[in-house]
Amino acid sequence: MSQSCRLDSGGRIDRSKVLQFTFDGKSYTGFKGDTLASALLANGVKLLGRSFKYHRPRGLIAAGSEEPNALMQLENGAYTEPNTRATCIELYDGLVANSQNRWPSLGFDVGAINSSVARFLPAGFYYKTFMWPASMWMTYEKFIRKAAGLGVSPTEPDPDVYHSRYATCDVLVIGGGPAGLAAATAAAGSDARVMLIDEQSEFGGSTLGAAAVPEVASWVAASTAALAANNNVTLLPRTTVTGYFDYNYLTAVEKVTDHLGPGNGGTAPRQRFWKIRASRVVIAAGSIERPLVFADNDRPGIMLANAVSTYINRFGVLPDQNIVVFTNNDSAYRTAVDAARSGATVTMVDTRAEVSAELTRVLQQHKVKQFTGHAISSVQGTKGVKAVRIMPLSADGKSLQGQAWEINCGIVANSGGWTPSVHMFSQSGGKLQYDNSIEGFVPDPAKAKRINPGFSVGACNGSFATGDCIAEGAQAGRQAVEACGFVASDVAMPELTDALNDTGMGGIAALWLVPTVHPVGEGPAKHFHDFQNDVTAADIHLAAREGYLSVEHLKRYTTTGMATDQGKTSNLNALAIMAEIRGAQIPEVGTTTFRPPFTPLTFGAIGGQESKDLFLQERHTPMHQCHVQNNAVFEDVGDWKRPWYFPHSGEDMHAAVQRETLSVRTDVGMLDASTLGKIDIQGADAAEFLEMIYTNNWKKLAIGNCRYGLMLNEHGMIFDDGVTTRLGEHHYHMTTTSGGAARVLNWLEEWLQTEWPEKQVYCTSVTEQWAVVALNGPKARDLLATLSDIDLSKEAFPFMSMREGQVAGIPARVYRISFTGELAYEINVPARFGRQLWETLQEAGKPFNLCHYGTEAMHVLRAEKGFIIVGQDTDGTVTPADMDMDWIVSKTKPDFLGKRSFLRSDTARDDRQQLVGLLTTDPTVVLMEGAHIVQEIKDAPPMTTIGRVTSSYMSPNLERSFALGMLKNGLARKGETVQLSLMNGDAVEALVTDPVFIDKEGVRVRG
Amino acid sequence: MFIITCPYCGDRDQTEFTCHGEAHIARPLNTESLSDEEWGDYVFFRQNPKGMHRERWVHAHGCRRWFNALRNTVSDEIFATYKVGDARPPLPENPS
Ligand SMILES: [Zn+2]
Repeated sequence: MSQSCRLDSGGRIDRSKVLQFTFDGKSYTGFKGDTLASALLANGVKLLGRSFKYHRPRGLIAAGSEEPNALMQLENGAYTEPNTRATCIELYDGLVANSQNRWPSLGFDVGAINSSVARFLPAGFYYKTFMWPASMWMTYEKFIRKAAGLGVSPTEPDPDVYHSRYATCDVLVIGGGPAGLAAATAAAGSDARVMLIDEQSEFGGSTLGAAAVPEVASWVAASTAALAANNNVTLLPRTTVTGYFDYNYLTAVEKVTDHLGPGNGGTAPRQRFWKIRASRVVIAAGSIERPLVFADNDRPGIMLANAVSTYINRFGVLPDQNIVVFTNNDSAYRTAVDAARSGATVTMVDTRAEVSAELTRVLQQHKVKQFTGHAISSVQGTKGVKAVRIMPLSADGKSLQGQAWEINCGIVANSGGWTPSVHMFSQSGGKLQYDNSIEGFVPDPAKAKRINPGFSVGACNGSFATGDCIAEGAQAGRQAVEACGFVASDVAMPELTDALNDTGMGGIAALWLVPTVHPVGEGPAKHFHDFQNDVTAADIHLAAREGYLSVEHLKRYTTTGMATDQGKTSNLNALAIMAEIRGAQIPEVGTTTFRPPFTPLTFGAIGGQESKDLFLQERHTPMHQCHVQNNAVFEDVGDWKRPWYFPHSGEDMHAAVQRETLSVRTDVGMLDASTLGKIDIQGADAAEFLEMIYTNNWKKLAIGNCRYGLMLNEHGMIFDDGVTTRLGEHHYHMTTTSGGAARVLNWLEEWLQTEWPEKQVYCTSVTEQWAVVALNGPKARDLLATLSDIDLSKEAFPFMSMREGQVAGIPARVYRISFTGELAYEINVPARFGRQLWETLQEAGKPFNLCHYGTEAMHVLRAEKGFIIVGQDTDGTVTPADMDMDWIVSKTKPDFLGKRSFLRSDTARDDRQQLVGLLTTDPTVVLMEGAHIVQEIKDAPPMTTIGRVTSSYMSPNLERSFALGMLKNGLARKGETVQLSLMNGDAVEALVTDPVFIDKEGVRVRG
Repeated sequence: MFIITCPYCGDRDQTEFTCHGEAHIARPLNTESLSDEEWGDYVFFRQNPKGMHRERWVHAHGCRRWFNALRNTVSDEIFATYKVGDARPPLPENPS
């Protein structure tokens, strides 16, 4: 059998189902129930990657999601995913994985040269070396990315489907180990809706990797079965709670079909993103074993003790015949027994001088040689452990002295204690406290956030023994469900007889940094605490020497805990080493804030079904299909799709826009103006309200007449504009910019609701109730007359008025307003008639050479007339005076929004940037919008900017280019010549002019 | 992600709301007679307390009504929501 490290029996694997897979191009087999990690280990593959900074050979450390080293590039092509953890990938047939961060091969890595020049890559290296000069960063960055690559992003579109869904529940239990199962069972008895979530493929938590205790195993199986049979319980295996947000809002990623392999999920999504609101949350997230920090503790084969146990017990893999267990606490004795029972030669190295007689007796029973008060002083082997050297540890733990022993081994199973997984509690805003008895941070229930009611139970609360976990879980489940108004159920407790399995971590004597015969950082060996970001104890010493003492500084300076594993195995060791350096207690150094996500998640999951066409909704006008048929090229305006231009065959954009622009001024054109914001305003105080909202006078506007208005914010700056028409005594029709419709309605509502609630004014958005066609051009009247019963004569229907009547047999409101300066009618009909109106006009317009024009021609036409577009020619710092629009600002009204700000010295000064026209000396040059007008052209920036181009076009009507812009003191500079500096280095000269280029007297529009 | 009790609709998800800063700032009636400093205070200056804050919210994707909330900006606990014009609810005895 090729699986040389597979035990003959045992484990939760199905040996009848052999699965083929490849790693770095080589074929292997594993069994159903394996992870990629366990299958590799079964095949004796221990070298799985190279480290981030030093390119040191690395292998598995863990068996769970805390794994820092075994990052895989999973699958190829469109399905490829970087940075997946081998310990979290369930094996499927045909799986393809590749190691990352190695070149040209895993065994021989050119980058490992970094190892021998380690002194040049100390902590803070990036900051010190690469931050200055800033202009060189672009060069450095490429080098860093290449050297430190963390896998490759897919370049093809993701073929998978992802879903997201909302859920609510009474009690959400995070973690399906003994504590979580007990909590869910207690909560699930009544009608309460309970969710139980666990990241593994089956429930049972840590018991799955422990030596089978029949009583516990059968309790787990029975509890899980009962929960599965309960309709009020949602069980989510293969699901990780990634974030815990306020008011008990949690997110989770369910890996629905990942374990089947790419493309094998059928109609089910690959992953599902859950957004859950829970009344109460029970956190039973367990704990994570942390490594001992000793010399060259990163060599492949040096693993966490519980991982070795898990590979033996759950997967039937004994990774080596010779195993050294190295510990400072009792829990690793279980690993020694597990390994010895499986036939390995086991040596126990315990840093503690005093160990309970019971533990020693158990080792003797399993023929495990025990060294107490000893520590590993060095590791032999680089691509894999060959042997370790151990020496007696001094009483203060600071030095090694005395008789050294060398022990041959292929695996070092080490344990520095257990760190409660407080991530979720911390994310919920709770504060932690240090528990000296377990040497770890645990939740401080007195400092939980009140808006996130819940409980932390079991190992994540510092209670490691199985019996304690079940008891705590049951009690929390009961309290949680009772807080929701339900009755709790009793939880049957398993009988626990096996003393060894019921002590949890047992005793611990902290040893945060295992010494060598050299001072830290001076010998040839490295003491790693953060494997993924390659951070060593010497780096922490360096940070301390340079003054980075607090945890937040330490973290950023050394990058400890900032890799994709977020320091799950490293954070406490880093804090403790810093505390020792400072002579401080660990809590004085502080704790880092845990942030979502708990483990990396895919963008696909976050996006869910809202991708591609569902990513952003589009708004279409009632005439949209007509535009499609007319070959329109669309432009996005807010969420609207507006026709940009209508190219005839063979025309490019420029040609089409020039033709459309010319046509409107010579014949007649029609524009779909339905997107214009429209607000119906009614009520006895409507006129008075408009007086406050707009800068000009509204009280004397006659019924049936229209008026242009500017809206300012309280800073006195232009905020929106549009034409408002008085429809009745207390009835107005307001129009806004297309993009500003929602903003303006909110603005009106804000003032009405919060400042003037007594005013009788009611605003209703009617943007989508009306379809609008703007007919512009000298022939507009003649065309409209063929379709309408309205008297269109100049006298009966003057400029800036509205008439109701029939157009194309449709009831219509026709507004004689113009955004082009031409004779124009904006025909409004109920939205459902929009297409009919458009098509009828299109047909009737043929004798008049009617053209369709889009937003680009509209922009050129309005700019020729010097009409501004709010948001293009203004930017939130522009007053009406800056726009030379004092004519629209009432001098008689006592107040309106923004008025008082005109008196501020900055708004009142006369050398502000003001709206001007610009004509380049060369009439063929179309200035780039945004181009700077400068005081004086120099060979290179910086140059003093005195203005900018806001709108710029080629005009077929002017037969030359022209532009609008803002120029310092511009109103007084008409006739002067200014210089513009372009991005490409060119300098251009332009004449400052009036911004109205066509029909200054306004004859056409009144015609 | 808060749950906010709209005084008109009841408990709703925060995504339905937008916050508009400090509440109970009345627009001055006599704007012309204000000094620049007084006007500037009204236009620009807002409280940004660490702790209890009365602020304006609007149920933008719901009933579109504006209302006020009493929120602890540290814990994000919302102690009360109340309609514009309603009496200000008292500060909580146990704010955090
Ligand atoms: Zn509401």
